[in-house]
Amino acid sequence: MTSLVLEHVSRWFRNVVAVNDMSMTIGPGITGLLGPNGAGKSTLIALMSGFLAPSAGSVTLDGEPLWRNESVYRRIGLVPEREALFDYLTGRQFVVANAELHGLVDPGAAAAAAVALVEMTDAQDRAISTYSKGMRQRIKMASALVHEPEVLLLDEPFNGMDPRQRLHLMDLLRAMGAEGRTVLFSSHILEEVEQVARQIEVVVAGRHAASGDFGAIRRLMTDRPNRFVIRTSDDRVLASVLLADPSVRGVRLRSEGGIEVEASDFGRFSEVLPRAAREHRVRLLEVSPTDESLESVFAYLVAP
Amino acid sequence: MSAVLSPTVSRLGVRSVFGRRRGVLLYVLPVVLVGLAALVRGLVGDDLLAAQHTLQGLGLVVVVPLVALLATTGLFSPEIDDGSIAYLLAKPVRRHTIVLSKLVVAWGCAVAFGVVPVLVAGLVLRPSDPAFGLGFALGALAGGLAYCVLFALLSVLSRHAVIIGLVYLLIWESLLGGLLDGVRWLSVGRWSQAIAEPVADVSLVDKLGAGYSVVATLVVVVIGTWLTSRRLRAFNLTGDE
Repeated sequence: MTSLVLEHVSRWFRNVVAVNDMSMTIGPGITGLLGPNGAGKSTLIALMSGFLAPSAGSVTLDGEPLWRNESVYRRIGLVPEREALFDYLTGRQFVVANAELHGLVDPGAAAAAAVALVEMTDAQDRAISTYSKGMRQRIKMASALVHEPEVLLLDEPFNGMDPRQRLHLMDLLRAMGAEGRTVLFSSHILEEVEQVARQIEVVVAGRHAASGDFGAIRRLMTDRPNRFVIRTSDDRVLASVLLADPSVRGVRLRSEGGIEVEASDFGRFSEVLPRAAREHRVRLLEVSPTDESLESVFAYLVAP
Repeated sequence: MSAVLSPTVSRLGVRSVFGRRRGVLLYVLPVVLVGLAALVRGLVGDDLLAAQHTLQGLGLVVVVPLVALLATTGLFSPEIDDGSIAYLLAKPVRRHTIVLSKLVVAWGCAVAFGVVPVLVAGLVLRPSDPAFGLGFALGALAGGLAYCVLFALLSVLSRHAVIIGLVYLLIWESLLGGLLDGVRWLSVGRWSQAIAEPVADVSLVDKLGAGYSVVATLVVVVIGTWLTSRRLRAFNLTGDE
Protein backbone atom coordinates (compact mmCIF):
# COMPACT_ATOMS: atom_id res chain seq x y z
CA MET A 1 0.00 0.00 0.00
CA THR A 2 1.54 3.24 -1.13
CA SER A 3 0.26 6.46 0.26
CA LEU A 4 1.27 10.01 -0.16
CA VAL A 5 0.53 11.97 2.98
CA LEU A 6 0.33 15.73 3.37
CA GLU A 7 0.16 16.98 6.94
CA HIS A 8 -0.69 20.61 7.57
CA VAL A 9 1.25 21.64 4.51
CA SER A 10 1.60 25.30 3.67
CA ARG A 11 3.69 26.88 1.00
CA TRP A 12 4.16 30.55 0.50
CA PHE A 13 6.17 32.53 -2.01
CA ARG A 14 7.27 35.71 -0.25
CA ASN A 15 3.94 37.15 0.90
CA VAL A 16 1.69 35.07 -1.36
CA VAL A 17 0.24 31.91 0.14
CA ALA A 18 -0.09 29.29 -2.59
CA VAL A 19 -1.04 26.36 -0.37
CA ASN A 20 -2.67 27.01 2.96
CA ASP A 21 -2.59 24.36 5.69
CA MET A 22 -3.67 21.35 3.64
CA SER A 23 -3.84 17.83 4.95
CA MET A 24 -4.72 14.91 2.72
CA THR A 25 -3.83 11.30 2.13
CA ILE A 26 -3.59 10.04 -1.42
CA GLY A 27 -3.91 6.28 -1.48
CA PRO A 28 -4.02 3.60 -4.18
CA GLY A 29 -6.53 4.17 -6.95
CA ILE A 30 -7.23 7.36 -8.87
CA THR A 31 -7.54 10.69 -7.16
CA GLY A 32 -8.59 13.80 -9.01
CA LEU A 33 -7.23 17.15 -7.89
CA LEU A 34 -9.86 19.65 -8.92
CA GLY A 35 -9.67 23.41 -8.77
CA PRO A 36 -9.77 26.56 -10.89
CA ASN A 37 -6.59 27.88 -12.47
CA GLY A 38 -4.31 29.45 -9.92
CA ALA A 39 -5.79 27.47 -7.03
CA GLY A 40 -2.47 25.90 -6.11
CA LYS A 41 -2.77 22.59 -7.95
CA SER A 42 0.65 22.82 -9.60
CA THR A 43 2.23 23.90 -6.33
CA LEU A 44 0.67 20.88 -4.64
CA ILE A 45 1.97 18.53 -7.31
CA ALA A 46 5.44 20.10 -7.03
CA LEU A 47 5.28 19.49 -3.26
CA MET A 48 4.12 15.91 -3.81
CA SER A 49 6.91 15.19 -6.30
CA GLY A 50 9.76 16.62 -4.24
CA PHE A 51 10.26 19.67 -6.44
CA LEU A 52 9.29 22.15 -3.78
CA ALA A 53 9.90 22.30 -0.05
CA PRO A 54 6.87 22.90 2.13
CA SER A 55 7.15 26.16 4.08
CA ALA A 56 5.39 24.38 6.94
CA GLY A 57 4.11 20.85 7.50
CA SER A 58 5.33 17.65 5.89
CA VAL A 59 4.89 15.69 2.67
CA THR A 60 5.83 12.03 2.86
CA LEU A 61 5.59 8.88 0.77
CA ASP A 62 5.08 5.94 3.11
CA GLY A 63 6.84 7.93 5.80
CA GLU A 64 9.78 9.01 3.64
CA PRO A 65 10.18 12.74 3.00
CA LEU A 66 9.95 13.82 -0.65
CA TRP A 67 12.13 16.92 -0.46
CA ARG A 68 15.86 16.44 -1.10
CA ASN A 69 15.42 12.73 -1.46
CA GLU A 70 16.11 11.61 -5.01
CA SER A 71 15.67 7.92 -4.16
CA VAL A 72 11.88 8.40 -4.06
CA TYR A 73 11.88 8.79 -7.84
CA ARG A 74 12.28 5.02 -8.15
CA ARG A 75 8.67 4.90 -7.00
CA ILE A 76 7.26 8.07 -8.55
CA GLY A 77 6.43 8.94 -12.13
CA LEU A 78 5.84 12.61 -12.83
CA VAL A 79 4.11 14.19 -15.83
CA PRO A 80 4.73 17.94 -15.52
CA GLU A 81 2.36 20.46 -16.99
CA ARG A 82 4.96 22.36 -18.97
CA GLU A 83 5.35 21.16 -22.49
CA ALA A 84 9.07 21.65 -22.86
CA LEU A 85 10.86 18.45 -23.70
CA PHE A 86 14.15 17.52 -25.25
CA ASP A 87 12.99 18.68 -28.65
CA TYR A 88 16.12 17.58 -30.48
CA LEU A 89 15.51 13.92 -29.57
CA THR A 90 13.07 11.52 -31.14
CA GLY A 91 10.27 10.21 -28.96
CA ARG A 92 11.98 6.86 -28.63
CA GLN A 93 15.37 8.37 -27.72
CA PHE A 94 13.69 10.48 -25.06
CA VAL A 95 11.91 7.56 -23.43
CA VAL A 96 15.02 5.36 -23.65
CA ALA A 97 17.05 8.11 -21.94
CA ASN A 98 14.47 8.21 -19.15
CA ALA A 99 14.70 4.43 -18.80
CA GLU A 100 18.51 4.60 -18.64
CA LEU A 101 18.38 7.30 -15.97
CA HIS A 102 16.21 4.99 -13.90
CA GLY A 103 18.92 2.38 -14.22
CA LEU A 104 16.59 -0.19 -15.79
CA VAL A 105 18.16 -3.45 -16.90
CA ASP A 106 16.80 -3.32 -20.43
CA PRO A 107 16.05 0.33 -21.23
CA GLY A 108 15.19 -0.39 -24.86
CA ALA A 109 12.51 -2.94 -24.04
CA ALA A 110 11.06 -0.87 -21.19
CA ALA A 111 10.88 2.16 -23.46
CA ALA A 112 9.24 0.18 -26.27
CA ALA A 113 6.61 -1.12 -23.85
CA ALA A 114 5.89 2.36 -22.47
CA VAL A 115 5.70 3.88 -25.94
CA ALA A 116 3.30 1.14 -27.04
CA LEU A 117 1.16 1.72 -23.97
CA VAL A 118 0.55 5.35 -24.95
CA GLU A 119 0.10 4.38 -28.62
CA MET A 120 3.06 6.33 -29.89
CA THR A 121 4.88 3.47 -31.61
CA ASP A 122 4.20 4.86 -35.08
CA ALA A 123 5.61 8.29 -34.29
CA GLN A 124 8.45 7.23 -32.01
CA ASP A 125 11.22 7.85 -34.53
CA ARG A 126 10.19 11.41 -35.32
CA ALA A 127 11.84 14.35 -33.59
CA ILE A 128 9.82 15.61 -30.63
CA SER A 129 9.90 19.10 -32.16
CA THR A 130 7.45 17.86 -34.81
CA TYR A 131 4.94 16.51 -32.27
CA SER A 132 1.49 17.96 -31.66
CA LYS A 133 0.39 18.93 -28.18
CA GLY A 134 -1.40 15.64 -27.63
CA MET A 135 1.59 13.63 -28.84
CA ARG A 136 3.89 15.52 -26.48
CA GLN A 137 1.52 14.76 -23.66
CA ARG A 138 1.61 11.08 -24.51
CA ILE A 139 5.38 10.87 -24.83
CA LYS A 140 5.67 12.64 -21.47
CA MET A 141 3.32 10.00 -20.11
CA ALA A 142 5.51 7.22 -21.57
CA SER A 143 8.60 8.74 -19.93
CA ALA A 144 6.82 8.76 -16.57
CA LEU A 145 5.60 5.16 -16.93
CA VAL A 146 8.80 3.61 -18.19
CA HIS A 147 9.90 2.37 -14.75
CA GLU A 148 6.39 1.21 -13.79
CA PRO A 149 6.10 3.53 -10.79
CA GLU A 150 3.83 2.87 -7.82
CA VAL A 151 2.85 6.51 -7.79
CA LEU A 152 1.94 8.52 -10.85
CA LEU A 153 1.47 12.29 -10.60
CA LEU A 154 0.05 14.15 -13.59
CA ASP A 155 -0.37 17.91 -13.85
CA GLU A 156 -3.27 18.82 -16.18
CA PRO A 157 -2.71 15.74 -18.38
CA PHE A 158 -5.79 16.25 -20.53
CA ASN A 159 -4.81 19.73 -21.69
CA GLY A 160 -4.48 19.91 -25.45
CA MET A 161 -5.78 16.42 -26.11
CA ASP A 162 -8.46 15.68 -28.64
CA PRO A 163 -11.49 13.67 -27.46
CA ARG A 164 -10.15 10.35 -28.68
CA GLN A 165 -6.77 10.84 -26.99
CA ARG A 166 -8.59 11.97 -23.88
CA LEU A 167 -10.63 8.75 -23.74
CA HIS A 168 -7.51 6.71 -24.32
CA LEU A 169 -5.66 8.42 -21.49
CA MET A 170 -8.68 7.99 -19.23
CA ASP A 171 -8.66 4.25 -19.94
CA LEU A 172 -4.96 4.13 -19.26
CA LEU A 173 -5.34 5.91 -15.92
CA ARG A 174 -8.24 3.64 -14.96
CA ALA A 175 -6.11 0.60 -15.76
CA MET A 176 -3.26 1.93 -13.64
CA GLY A 177 -5.63 2.65 -10.77
CA ALA A 178 -7.11 -0.83 -11.06
CA GLU A 179 -3.61 -2.32 -10.78
CA GLY A 180 -3.41 -0.72 -7.36
CA ARG A 181 -1.12 2.15 -8.26
CA THR A 182 -1.55 5.51 -6.63
CA VAL A 183 -2.56 7.88 -9.42
CA LEU A 184 -3.20 11.58 -8.91
CA PHE A 185 -4.06 14.02 -11.67
CA SER A 186 -5.08 17.65 -11.64
CA SER A 187 -7.73 19.32 -13.72
CA HIS A 188 -9.94 22.38 -13.67
CA ILE A 189 -12.83 20.57 -15.35
CA LEU A 190 -15.31 18.76 -13.11
CA GLU A 191 -16.65 16.49 -15.85
CA GLU A 192 -13.14 15.33 -16.70
CA VAL A 193 -12.31 14.47 -13.11
CA GLU A 194 -15.64 12.81 -12.53
CA GLN A 195 -15.18 10.42 -15.44
CA VAL A 196 -11.98 8.94 -14.10
CA ALA A 197 -11.59 9.53 -10.40
CA ARG A 198 -13.66 8.15 -7.58
CA GLN A 199 -11.88 10.22 -5.00
CA ILE A 200 -11.80 13.96 -5.56
CA GLU A 201 -9.88 16.62 -3.68
CA VAL A 202 -11.06 20.14 -4.40
CA VAL A 203 -8.68 23.04 -3.90
CA VAL A 204 -9.66 26.68 -4.22
CA ALA A 205 -7.43 29.69 -3.61
CA GLY A 206 -4.81 27.59 -1.84
CA ARG A 207 -7.27 25.95 0.51
CA HIS A 208 -8.56 22.40 0.66
CA ALA A 209 -12.22 23.10 -0.06
CA ALA A 210 -13.71 19.62 -0.20
CA SER A 211 -12.70 16.01 -0.26
CA GLY A 212 -14.69 12.93 -1.03
CA ASP A 213 -16.25 10.58 -3.46
CA PHE A 214 -17.33 12.13 -6.77
CA GLY A 215 -21.05 11.79 -5.99
CA ALA A 216 -20.69 13.86 -2.85
CA ILE A 217 -18.65 16.51 -4.65
CA ARG A 218 -21.16 16.62 -7.51
CA ARG A 219 -24.00 17.20 -5.04
CA LEU A 220 -22.05 19.91 -3.28
CA MET A 221 -21.55 21.63 -6.57
CA THR A 222 -25.05 21.36 -7.98
CA ASP A 223 -27.11 21.82 -4.82
CA ARG A 224 -25.99 25.36 -4.36
CA PRO A 225 -28.40 28.24 -4.96
CA ASN A 226 -28.51 29.21 -8.63
CA ARG A 227 -29.05 32.75 -9.81
CA PHE A 228 -30.74 33.71 -13.05
CA VAL A 229 -31.57 36.90 -14.82
CA ILE A 230 -34.92 36.62 -16.62
CA ARG A 231 -36.35 39.16 -19.02
CA THR A 232 -40.05 38.77 -19.71
CA SER A 233 -43.04 40.54 -21.19
CA ASP A 234 -44.38 41.13 -17.66
CA ASP A 235 -41.70 41.07 -15.00
CA ARG A 236 -43.95 41.90 -12.04
CA VAL A 237 -46.47 39.12 -12.68
CA LEU A 238 -43.85 36.44 -13.15
CA ALA A 239 -41.90 37.66 -10.11
CA SER A 240 -44.94 37.31 -7.85
CA VAL A 241 -45.77 33.85 -9.19
CA LEU A 242 -42.22 32.58 -8.83
CA LEU A 243 -41.92 33.86 -5.29
CA ALA A 244 -44.87 31.66 -4.31
CA ASP A 245 -42.96 28.52 -5.31
CA PRO A 246 -40.78 26.75 -2.70
CA SER A 247 -37.93 26.24 -5.18
CA VAL A 248 -37.33 29.98 -5.25
CA ARG A 249 -35.52 31.73 -2.45
CA GLY A 250 -35.71 35.28 -3.65
CA VAL A 251 -36.78 37.52 -6.51
CA ARG A 252 -35.68 41.05 -7.23
CA LEU A 253 -36.96 43.47 -9.83
CA ARG A 254 -34.03 45.04 -11.57
CA SER A 255 -34.14 48.76 -12.16
CA GLU A 256 -32.89 48.27 -15.72
CA GLY A 257 -35.69 45.77 -16.45
CA GLY A 258 -35.90 42.03 -15.96
CA ILE A 259 -35.90 40.07 -12.73
CA GLU A 260 -33.21 38.36 -10.77
CA VAL A 261 -34.16 35.00 -9.29
CA GLU A 262 -32.32 32.88 -6.77
CA ALA A 263 -33.41 29.25 -6.93
CA SER A 264 -32.50 26.74 -4.25
CA ASP A 265 -33.62 23.65 -6.09
CA PHE A 266 -32.40 23.79 -9.64
CA GLY A 267 -34.25 20.69 -10.87
CA ARG A 268 -37.62 21.86 -9.64
CA PHE A 269 -37.08 25.44 -10.72
CA SER A 270 -36.36 24.42 -14.29
CA GLU A 271 -39.83 22.82 -14.43
CA VAL A 272 -41.65 25.55 -12.54
CA LEU A 273 -40.42 28.46 -14.61
CA PRO A 274 -41.83 27.51 -18.04
CA ARG A 275 -45.08 26.23 -16.51
CA ALA A 276 -45.66 29.45 -14.56
CA ALA A 277 -44.91 31.54 -17.62
CA ARG A 278 -47.37 29.61 -19.75
CA GLU A 279 -50.14 29.65 -17.16
CA HIS A 280 -49.90 33.41 -16.68
CA ARG A 281 -49.26 34.18 -20.36
CA VAL A 282 -45.92 35.79 -19.72
CA ARG A 283 -43.43 35.59 -22.54
CA LEU A 284 -39.91 34.62 -21.53
CA LEU A 285 -37.51 36.74 -23.56
CA GLU A 286 -34.29 35.67 -21.90
CA VAL A 287 -33.22 33.26 -19.15
CA SER A 288 -29.57 33.36 -18.31
CA PRO A 289 -27.66 31.97 -15.36
CA THR A 290 -25.47 34.65 -13.82
CA ASP A 291 -22.96 32.55 -11.93
CA GLU A 292 -22.36 29.38 -13.87
CA SER A 293 -18.66 29.94 -14.16
CA LEU A 294 -16.55 27.33 -12.45
CA GLU A 295 -14.97 30.05 -10.33
CA SER A 296 -18.32 30.89 -8.79
CA VAL A 297 -19.02 27.22 -8.13
CA PHE A 298 -15.70 26.96 -6.35
CA ALA A 299 -16.27 30.24 -4.55
CA TYR A 300 -19.50 28.82 -3.20
CA LEU A 301 -17.67 25.75 -1.90
CA VAL A 302 -15.21 27.78 0.12
CA ALA A 303 -17.71 30.36 1.33
CA PRO A 304 -17.73 30.31 5.15
CA MET B 1 22.77 5.42 -8.03
CA SER B 2 26.36 5.22 -6.96
CA ALA B 3 27.96 5.99 -10.33
CA VAL B 4 29.91 9.23 -10.42
CA LEU B 5 29.05 9.87 -14.05
CA SER B 6 25.93 9.16 -16.07
CA PRO B 7 26.64 8.51 -19.76
CA THR B 8 22.99 9.32 -20.49
CA VAL B 9 23.22 12.80 -18.98
CA SER B 10 26.48 13.46 -20.82
CA ARG B 11 25.06 12.22 -24.11
CA LEU B 12 22.01 14.44 -23.76
CA GLY B 13 24.36 17.28 -22.81
CA VAL B 14 26.43 16.93 -25.98
CA ARG B 15 23.28 17.03 -28.06
CA SER B 16 21.95 20.07 -26.26
CA VAL B 17 25.20 22.02 -26.82
CA PHE B 18 25.49 21.19 -30.50
CA GLY B 19 21.79 20.92 -31.23
CA ARG B 20 21.31 24.65 -30.75
CA ARG B 21 22.27 27.45 -33.03
CA ARG B 22 24.66 29.09 -30.64
CA GLY B 23 26.73 25.91 -30.65
CA VAL B 24 28.11 27.23 -33.95
CA LEU B 25 29.84 30.06 -32.05
CA LEU B 26 32.00 27.41 -30.41
CA TYR B 27 33.61 26.76 -33.79
CA VAL B 28 34.01 30.44 -34.63
CA LEU B 29 36.12 31.44 -31.60
CA PRO B 30 39.02 28.98 -32.16
CA VAL B 31 39.08 29.78 -35.87
CA VAL B 32 39.44 33.49 -35.02
CA LEU B 33 42.26 32.73 -32.55
CA VAL B 34 44.28 30.50 -34.87
CA GLY B 35 43.59 32.82 -37.82
CA LEU B 36 44.82 35.83 -35.90
CA ALA B 37 47.88 33.92 -34.73
CA ALA B 38 48.73 33.12 -38.35
CA LEU B 39 48.22 36.77 -39.27
CA VAL B 40 50.50 38.00 -36.46
CA ARG B 41 53.11 35.45 -37.44
CA GLY B 42 52.91 36.58 -41.06
CA LEU B 43 53.15 40.27 -40.19
CA VAL B 44 55.77 40.37 -37.41
CA GLY B 45 57.48 36.99 -37.68
CA ASP B 46 58.59 34.87 -34.73
CA ASP B 47 58.33 37.57 -32.07
CA LEU B 48 58.05 36.68 -28.38
CA LEU B 49 56.19 39.78 -27.24
CA ALA B 50 53.65 39.76 -30.07
CA ALA B 51 53.06 36.04 -29.55
CA GLN B 52 52.66 36.53 -25.84
CA HIS B 53 50.15 39.37 -26.28
CA THR B 54 48.09 37.32 -28.75
CA LEU B 55 47.84 34.23 -26.56
CA GLN B 56 47.27 36.19 -23.38
CA GLY B 57 44.97 38.94 -24.68
CA LEU B 58 42.92 36.87 -27.07
CA GLY B 59 43.44 33.26 -25.96
CA LEU B 60 43.35 33.28 -22.18
CA VAL B 61 41.28 36.45 -21.71
CA VAL B 62 38.70 36.10 -24.49
CA VAL B 63 38.47 32.70 -26.17
CA VAL B 64 38.81 30.38 -23.16
CA PRO B 65 36.24 32.16 -20.93
CA LEU B 66 33.79 32.65 -23.79
CA VAL B 67 33.99 29.00 -24.86
CA ALA B 68 33.43 27.99 -21.23
CA LEU B 69 30.49 30.40 -20.94
CA LEU B 70 28.82 29.24 -24.16
CA ALA B 71 29.27 25.54 -23.51
CA THR B 72 28.32 25.57 -19.84
CA THR B 73 25.28 27.81 -20.03
CA GLY B 74 24.18 25.86 -23.10
CA LEU B 75 24.22 22.73 -20.96
CA PHE B 76 22.33 24.08 -17.98
CA SER B 77 20.31 27.22 -18.75
CA PRO B 78 17.88 26.14 -21.49
CA GLU B 79 16.75 23.09 -19.52
CA ILE B 80 16.26 25.15 -16.40
CA ASP B 81 14.46 27.91 -18.31
CA ASP B 82 11.93 25.62 -19.95
CA GLY B 83 11.63 23.21 -17.04
CA SER B 84 12.75 20.17 -19.01
CA ILE B 85 15.51 19.59 -16.44
CA ALA B 86 12.68 18.05 -14.40
CA TYR B 87 13.06 14.91 -16.52
CA LEU B 88 16.68 14.59 -15.37
CA LEU B 89 15.91 15.48 -11.79
CA ALA B 90 12.87 13.22 -11.34
CA LYS B 91 15.22 10.24 -11.39
CA PRO B 92 17.03 8.30 -8.69
CA VAL B 93 20.32 9.82 -9.81
CA ARG B 94 22.54 11.73 -7.41
CA ARG B 95 22.66 15.43 -8.08
CA HIS B 96 26.44 15.54 -8.18
CA THR B 97 26.33 12.80 -10.81
CA ILE B 98 24.11 15.01 -12.97
CA VAL B 99 26.32 18.06 -12.42
CA LEU B 100 29.59 16.19 -13.04
CA SER B 101 28.22 14.46 -16.14
CA LYS B 102 27.28 17.82 -17.59
CA LEU B 103 30.57 19.41 -16.49
CA VAL B 104 32.53 16.67 -18.25
CA VAL B 105 30.87 17.77 -21.49
CA ALA B 106 31.60 21.43 -20.72
CA TRP B 107 35.23 20.63 -19.90
CA GLY B 108 35.48 18.61 -23.10
CA CYS B 109 34.28 21.66 -25.05
CA ALA B 110 36.76 23.89 -23.20
CA VAL B 111 39.59 21.54 -24.18
CA ALA B 112 38.49 21.07 -27.78
CA PHE B 113 37.57 24.70 -28.49
CA GLY B 114 39.84 26.50 -26.01
CA VAL B 115 42.92 24.56 -24.93
CA VAL B 116 43.73 22.86 -28.25
CA PRO B 117 43.33 26.09 -30.29
CA VAL B 118 45.61 27.91 -27.81
CA LEU B 119 48.20 25.16 -28.25
CA VAL B 120 47.89 25.32 -32.03
CA ALA B 121 48.07 29.12 -32.02
CA GLY B 122 51.19 28.90 -29.82
CA LEU B 123 52.86 26.54 -32.27
CA VAL B 124 51.92 28.79 -35.17
CA LEU B 125 53.29 31.86 -33.41
CA ARG B 126 56.50 30.27 -32.11
CA PRO B 127 57.22 27.01 -33.92
CA SER B 128 60.78 27.08 -32.59
CA ASP B 129 59.59 26.91 -28.97
CA PRO B 130 56.89 24.27 -28.34
CA ALA B 131 57.07 24.85 -24.56
CA PHE B 132 55.66 28.34 -25.20
CA GLY B 133 52.42 27.01 -26.65
CA LEU B 134 52.29 24.20 -24.09
CA GLY B 135 52.56 26.64 -21.20
CA PHE B 136 49.68 28.73 -22.47
CA ALA B 137 47.69 25.56 -23.14
CA LEU B 138 48.16 24.52 -19.50
CA GLY B 139 46.98 27.95 -18.40
CA ALA B 140 44.00 27.62 -20.73
CA LEU B 141 43.20 24.22 -19.26
CA ALA B 142 43.21 25.53 -15.68
CA GLY B 143 41.12 28.56 -16.69
CA GLY B 144 38.70 26.41 -18.69
CA LEU B 145 38.10 24.00 -15.81
CA ALA B 146 37.43 26.78 -13.32
CA TYR B 147 35.33 28.96 -15.64
CA CYS B 148 33.05 26.02 -16.54
CA VAL B 149 32.37 25.35 -12.87
CA LEU B 150 31.73 29.03 -12.13
CA PHE B 151 29.30 29.34 -15.02
CA ALA B 152 27.56 26.09 -14.05
CA LEU B 153 26.98 27.50 -10.59
CA LEU B 154 25.77 30.75 -12.12
CA SER B 155 23.34 28.83 -14.36
CA VAL B 156 21.67 27.07 -11.46
CA LEU B 157 21.53 30.25 -9.40
CA SER B 158 20.13 32.67 -11.97
CA ARG B 159 18.05 32.67 -15.10
CA HIS B 160 20.31 35.37 -16.52
CA ALA B 161 23.51 33.35 -16.35
CA VAL B 162 24.82 34.44 -19.76
CA ILE B 163 24.43 38.16 -19.03
CA ILE B 164 25.84 37.91 -15.53
CA GLY B 165 28.68 35.76 -16.86
CA LEU B 166 29.55 38.35 -19.50
CA VAL B 167 29.37 41.20 -16.99
CA TYR B 168 31.61 39.23 -14.62
CA LEU B 169 34.15 38.64 -17.41
CA LEU B 170 34.13 42.26 -18.53
CA ILE B 171 34.04 44.01 -15.16
CA TRP B 172 35.86 41.69 -12.79
CA GLU B 173 38.26 39.75 -14.97
CA SER B 174 39.08 42.47 -17.52
CA LEU B 175 38.43 45.93 -16.12
CA LEU B 176 39.04 45.58 -12.38
CA GLY B 177 41.67 42.90 -12.97
CA GLY B 178 43.63 45.47 -14.98
CA LEU B 179 43.04 48.40 -12.61
CA LEU B 180 43.35 46.86 -9.18
CA ASP B 181 46.38 44.81 -8.35
CA GLY B 182 44.72 42.84 -5.56
CA VAL B 183 42.12 41.30 -7.87
CA ARG B 184 44.78 38.85 -9.06
CA TRP B 185 44.30 36.79 -5.89
CA LEU B 186 40.66 36.20 -6.82
CA SER B 187 40.79 36.11 -10.60
CA VAL B 188 40.46 32.89 -12.57
CA GLY B 189 42.00 34.65 -15.55
CA ARG B 190 45.06 35.80 -13.60
CA TRP B 191 45.54 32.32 -12.15
CA SER B 192 45.50 30.78 -15.60
CA GLN B 193 48.14 33.29 -16.72
CA ALA B 194 50.27 32.54 -13.67
CA ILE B 195 50.03 28.83 -14.44
CA ALA B 196 51.15 29.47 -18.03
CA GLU B 197 54.22 31.44 -16.91
CA PRO B 198 56.75 28.84 -15.70
CA VAL B 199 56.28 26.42 -18.61
CA ALA B 200 56.05 29.06 -21.33
CA ASP B 201 58.88 30.97 -19.66
CA VAL B 202 57.17 34.35 -19.89
CA SER B 203 56.12 36.98 -17.36
CA LEU B 204 52.39 37.80 -17.45
CA VAL B 205 51.30 38.67 -13.91
CA ASP B 206 53.31 40.21 -11.10
CA LYS B 207 53.62 38.63 -7.71
CA LEU B 208 51.35 35.63 -8.24
CA GLY B 209 52.79 32.17 -7.89
CA ALA B 210 51.82 29.24 -10.10
CA GLY B 211 51.50 27.08 -6.97
CA TYR B 212 48.92 29.36 -5.42
CA SER B 213 47.07 29.54 -8.74
CA VAL B 214 46.87 25.75 -9.12
CA VAL B 215 45.50 25.38 -5.59
CA ALA B 216 43.04 28.26 -6.04
CA THR B 217 41.80 26.77 -9.32
CA LEU B 218 41.26 23.38 -7.68
CA VAL B 219 39.42 24.98 -4.78
CA VAL B 220 37.07 26.78 -7.17
CA VAL B 221 36.46 23.56 -9.12
CA VAL B 222 35.70 21.45 -6.05
CA ILE B 223 33.64 23.97 -4.09
CA GLY B 224 31.82 25.23 -7.18
CA THR B 225 30.84 21.70 -8.21
CA TRP B 226 29.65 20.93 -4.72
CA LEU B 227 27.60 24.13 -4.50
CA THR B 228 26.06 23.50 -7.93
CA SER B 229 24.98 19.99 -6.90
CA ARG B 230 23.61 21.28 -3.65
CA ARG B 231 21.61 23.94 -5.41
CA LEU B 232 20.23 21.43 -7.91
CA ARG B 233 19.16 19.22 -5.06
CA ALA B 234 16.85 21.98 -3.92
CA PHE B 235 15.51 22.73 -7.38
CA ASN B 236 12.05 24.29 -7.37
CA LEU B 237 9.80 23.28 -10.16
CA THR B 238 6.88 25.60 -9.97
CA GLY B 239 4.19 25.90 -12.52
CA ASP B 240 2.70 29.11 -13.84
CA GLU B 241 1.30 30.08 -10.47
